[in-house]
Order: sequence, then structure tokens, then C-alpha cells
Amino acid sequence: MSHHIVEAKELAYTYPDGNKALKKISFLITHGESVALVGANGAGKSTLLMHLNGHLLPGKGTLRIGDFPLAKETVHNIRRSVGMVFQDSDDQLFMPTVYDDVAFGPLNMGLPADIVRERVKETLETVGVLHLINRPTHRLSGGEKRSVAIATVLSMSPDILIMDEPTSNLDPKARRRLIELLKSFKHTKIIATHDLDMALDLCERTIVIKEGEVVADGKSVDILNNESILSESNLEKPLRFQGCPVCGAAK
Amino acid sequence: MYFPADKFMENIISKIESSLLSLGYMDLLSYQDTPVHKIDPRAKFIAALLFILTVVSFGKYEISMLIPFIIFPVYLLTAGNIPIIYILKKILYVSPFAVMVGVFNPLFDREVIMYLGNTGISGGWISFISIMMRFGLTVSTALALIACTGFNNICFAINKLGAPKIFAVQLLFLYRYIFVLAEEAARMVRARNLRSFNGKGKGIGTYGPMLGNLLLRTIDRAGRIHLAMLCRGFDGNIRITNRYKFGFKEFLFIIIWALLFLLFRFVNIPKLAGILVTGLFI
Repeated sequence: MSHHIVEAKELAYTYPDGNKALKKISFLITHGESVALVGANGAGKSTLLMHLNGHLLPGKGTLRIGDFPLAKETVHNIRRSVGMVFQDSDDQLFMPTVYDDVAFGPLNMGLPADIVRERVKETLETVGVLHLINRPTHRLSGGEKRSVAIATVLSMSPDILIMDEPTSNLDPKARRRLIELLKSFKHTKIIATHDLDMALDLCERTIVIKEGEVVADGKSVDILNNESILSESNLEKPLRFQGCPVCGAAK
Repeated sequence: MYFPADKFMENIISKIESSLLSLGYMDLLSYQDTPVHKIDPRAKFIAALLFILTVVSFGKYEISMLIPFIIFPVYLLTAGNIPIIYILKKILYVSPFAVMVGVFNPLFDREVIMYLGNTGISGGWISFISIMMRFGLTVSTALALIACTGFNNICFAINKLGAPKIFAVQLLFLYRYIFVLAEEAARMVRARNLRSFNGKGKGIGTYGPMLGNLLLRTIDRAGRIHLAMLCRGFDGNIRITNRYKFGFKEFLFIIIWALLFLLFRFVNIPKLAGILVTGLFI
């Protein structure tokens, strides 16, 4: 199933102001993989995400998403197969009601109205917020907003889900619910995050980016337990890998 | 130094916060489930438009014939379960504008055109009262319409009724992000207040950079929203699905109200009632 593949080959990107955000990024993410993208602030994670949804085009190297190499002509096809969940849900939920927002993508894809209606209900049910269907988006709580934001991309049935800090600004319960929800998805997932405990829960693989280059790529359990890699990238071990705060014993 | 202008700006900001709450309340009112809320927004919009047109079509000295028209806003408010006090307060807030429009009438138009007992009442006062009545009727109807329809649905209605799509979409976005923007502004002001002491830091000088900052943030956000839209296949058209049906009920709603407005417009009902009552007693 080649259409769920994400492959970067020596991807490089320099912003017009001369900032070399990506220098040399190579990886291959195959169908159904769940990958955490971690790194310090300014390491190039956001720039990479902007490539994955076709907002930026590679300066050098190639990026293949599904069957298409990323280029101006293929952007529309790529956006159909990639669902991007933004960090700030207010950016993602721009329509007046939850229904309109979840229906926005499917309607733009040209689906008939009754199928759209079905799909909106299905996806809202999947993320567990069907009761919000007629609510205005600006009246939702942070957790509800995040769930609806995920529904807005799920309703387009993407092959690949890309998320930017999905657990930020959520209370612990909402965070846990979100993790369980994401666990149940069979999509290829790419999650940029600083929440390494979540990365450990959700992603079997972790890619560490530092100054625009991949410095580590492998099993999450190994990488997130490797102090030298982590501290070089301004990261810390997930809390679960750290010692007990009371007795100091390592877990 | 603490300038009065700063105090003024401060008041404006706290006003923004409270009017935001008020706007939010109006928003809440529109999610009720009464018979009026269920009517297709288009029907309510057309009826309200007809109402406003009829009310403003009277001559400038008309008072008595305006009285029956109050039935329409009263119907919307009571059947729509909208607190009347809340709407009255809103009307009071904007009433200075109407007063300004009519306040010179009694000064310029001193010709007595009516006697109440032995007291002569000048045309100026009559037209002033007429202006205030029209103001009360039209504004209360507009507010009641929003409270029992919802701003979004009104945008949807005007779009369906042929207003340019871009206009409706602009209004929708304005309404969606006015909450976000005002919250952002209020947060900035709060952050500044917490680090301002003895009036220092609250000078008018800090408002320039703050406004500039707010503008930049807004532009950033607009960029992100646009990106979010592109990611979901935005092609320049916003498709809003129709959740209401313009059926027989809606048709009847418009016809009945239109006929009533016509009746009130051309038949002086208070006068008839007066004749009836005095006829009964004399």
C-alpha cells in the first residue's frame, strides 16, 4: 500500500530571510506507522510539518507523500490524503457551528449533502462528541475543541494524520482520552510534540530533529531512554523513565 | 503621569469585555428551542424587514397608528422566551442616538397641531415622540430577531435571499473571531496592568505598540486559518449546508404578519377602538 507512505530524501529548506530551517532530513514512514517528531524549540519541526501539508515546497531534496512527490501540481492531491491537526484549535475551527466545520472538508471534496451528513455524524461519534453537533465552535471547552478539530480532518478520511502538539493545553483527563482515541486510529500518524510520555504511549518510533537534521531515528523505547541523545536536543526522559520523586529509586 | 485619556481607553477595554459577555448571552438565547426559534431564518428575516419598512413608512406626525405594531416584537420576545428586561436595557443603551436625531424637532417645529385637554402640543414634540416610537419598535425587533434566530443563521438567511456570498462569509468570520480577538486583547491589557505601578506603564504611549502587536497577531492568525482552510480543500467557496426548510409554516408566517402590517398601516385601529369604546359609553 504505497499511498500511505511518507518519504523524505535529503529534504532542505531555507526561509527567505536566510534561516536554514531544514538542512538534511531523510526518513521513510510506512503504512500504519505512528511516529513522534521531537526536538528542541526551533529545531525545524514546524517547518517540516509545513512541508507535509504542502504549505512549503522543498528547497532541495524530495518529499513523497502517498503516490505523489510534493510539488506545486500535486499539492491538492496531497492535501486530500493528509489530515493536519493544528496546535491552536481556534485556527482550525473557523466555521460557525461544529456541524459546518466538520462538513467543510467533505463538502469541498464535492461529496453529496446526504453523505456529508452521515459522515459528520460518524466522525463526531468516533471522537465521542456527537452531542456537540449543533453547538457553535466558539463555545466549546479546550478539550472539546481539540476533539472537534480532529473530527474535522477525520471526516475527510485521510490516509495520514499529522498533528502539532495534540496534547497541549489539555487537562490530564482530556489528554488521556485523546491518547486513547488516537491509539484507536489505524492511520499513519506523525505527531510533533514535546509531550514525550504521550510519544511513548502512542508512537513506536521516534525521530529526533536538531538544527534541521535528523539526529536519531528508531524505536521510541530506546531513543526516549537515551539520555545523551535527549539532552543534546534540549529534551528530558519521559517522566515514566525518571526516578521516583519520593524515594529516588529508578523505575 | 496618568492622563484622562488612559482612563478612557481603560474603560473602553473593560467595556469590550463586558459587551463580549453580553454578546455571548445573546448568542446563548438563540440556541433555545421555541416555536419561533424553529422557523426558517429567512421567514423571520423577511417578516422583520417588512415590519421595519412599514413602520418607517408613516408620516412624521404619526403616533397612534404606530401603537399596534408593538405586537410583533412582543410576539418574538414572548414566544421566543427572550427576557424583555434584557432587550429593554439594550434599547436604552442605544437610545441616545435616536434622541440626538429628534431632539431639535421640538425647538424648530413649534406650531401647535394638537390639544390634549387645554394644553397645546407642538408638531415638534409629536414628531419627536414618533421618532422615539419608531426607534423602539425597529430596534427591539432587530434585537429580538437576532436573539431568536442567531447571528449565524441570519447571515445564512441573507445569503440565501441573494446577498453576495462574500458579504455573508465576512460577517460569519467576523462573528466567529470577534470572541477570539477580544479575548486576546483583554489578555494583553491584563498582562500590562499586572506590570504597571503608580500609573507608570499605563500611558497612552503603550497602546500604540499593543495595538500594533495585536494587528500582527491577527495577521498571523489569519494566515494560520487560511492554511487550515487550504488543508481541507478550500477553493474560494464556502459551502454552508441548509438545515432549515422553507415550508408551508414559513409561508404562512410571512403572509399573516404581512397582512397584519398592511392592516395596521392603512386602518387606524387605536382610533377605531376609541370610537368603539366611547360609542359604548355615550
